[in-house]
Amino acid sequence: MTQNAKTLARAAGLHKSGTRNVGERVIGIVLFLAASVSIVTTAAVILALSAETISFFADPAVSIVEFLTAREWTPLFPESQRYFGISPLVIGTLMVTFVALIVGLPLGLGSAIYLSEFANPQTRRSVMSVLEVLAGIPTVVLGYFALFFVTPILRDIVPGLNLFNPLSAGLVMGFMILPTISSISVDSMQAVPRALREAAYGLGASKHEVVAKVVVPAALSGIVASFILAMSRAIGETMIVTLAAGQKPTFTFDLRETIATMTSFIVQAAKGDQPAGSLASQSLYAVGATLFLMTFALNLVSQQIVQRFGERYE
Amino acid sequence: MASQAVPKDHVTVRTDPIPAGEAVVTLENLSLWYGDFQALHDVSLTVPKNQVTALIGASGCGKSTLLRCVNRMNDLVPSVRVEGQLSYEGVNLYDGAVDPVEVRRRVGMVFQKPNPFPKSVYENVAFGPRLHGYAGDMDALVEKSLKGAALWDEVQDKLKQSGLGLSGGQQQRLCIARAMATDPDVILMDEPTSALDPIATDRIEELIHEIKKDYTVIIVTHNMQQAGRVSDRTAFMHLGVLIEEGPTEQIFTNPQHEMTERYISGRFG
Repeated sequence: MTQNAKTLARAAGLHKSGTRNVGERVIGIVLFLAASVSIVTTAAVILALSAETISFFADPAVSIVEFLTAREWTPLFPESQRYFGISPLVIGTLMVTFVALIVGLPLGLGSAIYLSEFANPQTRRSVMSVLEVLAGIPTVVLGYFALFFVTPILRDIVPGLNLFNPLSAGLVMGFMILPTISSISVDSMQAVPRALREAAYGLGASKHEVVAKVVVPAALSGIVASFILAMSRAIGETMIVTLAAGQKPTFTFDLRETIATMTSFIVQAAKGDQPAGSLASQSLYAVGATLFLMTFALNLVSQQIVQRFGERYE
Repeated sequence: MASQAVPKDHVTVRTDPIPAGEAVVTLENLSLWYGDFQALHDVSLTVPKNQVTALIGASGCGKSTLLRCVNRMNDLVPSVRVEGQLSYEGVNLYDGAVDPVEVRRRVGMVFQKPNPFPKSVYENVAFGPRLHGYAGDMDALVEKSLKGAALWDEVQDKLKQSGLGLSGGQQQRLCIARAMATDPDVILMDEPTSALDPIATDRIEELIHEIKKDYTVIIVTHNMQQAGRVSDRTAFMHLGVLIEEGPTEQIFTNPQHEMTERYISGRFG
C-alpha cells in the first residue's frame, strides 16, 4: 500500500484499526487452541492404547491367534491357568448391546415419530423434558435398578435366570439409550421441510403415509446417526453391565448366564492392583483398544449408510 | 391507500356468471377462520370445467387460503374453522362424510416453491400412483405424465437421478407431472412461477394453456400479467372478500368495481 493510499484511507475513516486486527487474530488463535484440544486428546488416547497394546502382544505368553480364537479370558489368574481369548468379553458386550438395541430402537424411533408427527406441541414439550430426565439418570443408578428391581421380576418370568445376567442389563440399557435415539431422531424429523409434507398430503397421502414415505426417509441420516450413537453408547456403557450382568467372562450365547463385557472387565482389572507394565495391566489396554476399534468401525459404517441411503433435501 | 376497507355488505360483482351445469367446483358463502381471525368472508364462486380461473389480489387477501380450501389443505392447520359450502361435482367437500385424503387425489396441487421429493425423477412421479395402489404399467404412466408436463424430452435419460438435481423450472414441471400422475380433475396452482426466472415462467404458462383441455385449473398469482395471459376467468379478492369476478378480458379491460380497477391499474396492492 502506498503512503498516499494510507493517507487517503485515514482521511476517509476507512483505515485499518491496529487494535481490532490484533483482537481478531487473538480470538482466532484461542478458538483454534480450543478446537485442537479434542484432536490432541484423541491422538494421545490412541497413542497410549497402542503403545500398551503392542507391548501386550509382544509378550511371548500372548499370541494374536489366541487372543482372537481362544474361548477363555483369565488374564488375572496365576500364570498356569491364564488364557487370553477375548471372545467371551466381545460376545458379552454384543449380547447386552443386542438386547439394548432390541428394546431401544423401536421404542426410541416410535416415540420420536409420535413426538415429531403426532403429538401436539405441548405434549411434545412435556414428554421431551421427561426424556431428558431419563437421559440424566446416572448409569450407576440404572445398574442398581437393573439388579434390584428388574432382575427379580425377570427371574419370576424367565426360568433359570442368573442373578447377574445380560438380559436385565440389556433391558435397562435399552431405556438408557432411548432418549438418545428419540431426541436426535425428533430433531432430524422436525428439520424435514414442511413443503415436502405438503407435497405428499397434496397427492392424497394419509398421515402415516406421509410419515413412512416422506418424513422418515428424508430424516434417515439423522435417524441412522442416532442408532449408531446409541449403539456406541451401549457398547461402551460400563456401570450397568458391571453391576447387573456380572464379571465372569463366559463363552456363551445364553442371555441367562452370568457374563462379563469388555467394559466390566476393564473396571475389574483397574480396581484390582495390577502392577503397571504387568501382562494383566497390559491386557486391560488390549481390551480398551478392541473396544475403541469396534466403535470406530461402527462410525465408519454409519457414515457409509448415511451416504448411501440418506435422502438429501436442500 | 394500500388496505382500503371493504364495506360489510359488499356483494360480489359478477360478469357472465357460469351456469351451474358447467361448474366443477362451486363455493357458496364460504367463510374461514384461523382461530379468531376471519380470513374469508362469505365467498361464492363458480369454477367452470376445463378453464383456467385466476385468483388475484394483494398479499394477505385470502387467495391462497381460498385455493387451499378446494383440496382441504387447510385442514392441516390447527384451529381452522370453515363455514359454508364447497361443492365438487355436487358433493359438499366439507361434509363430515368426506375423506380429505380422497379429495386430494381428485384435486391436485402445485406449490409456490418447487418441492420435489428428495427421490429420483421417476419416484417423484410414481409417488402418488404408488400410494393409491396403481396396478397398470407404471413406466408408461410416468412417461405420459412427464410428457404431459413437457418435461419428458429433458429428463428421459435422467429418470434415476434425484429430482433435486433439476433446474428450478424443471423441478416445477416435475411437480406438475407428479400432480398429473394421480389423474386428478382439478389442479390447484399456488403462485407456481414466483420462484422461477422469466424463461421458466414462460414454459409453465404455455403448459397451463395446454393442460386445460384435460384439467380444470385454479391459479393464484401475484403477477397480473400472468393472470391476463393464462386465465379464462379472473376473481379479484381483497381482505378476504371476493370483490369481483368475470371473464379475464373483461376484468382487465373493463372492471366493474372501483377497487378492481385500482388494483389492476397498479394503484394499490
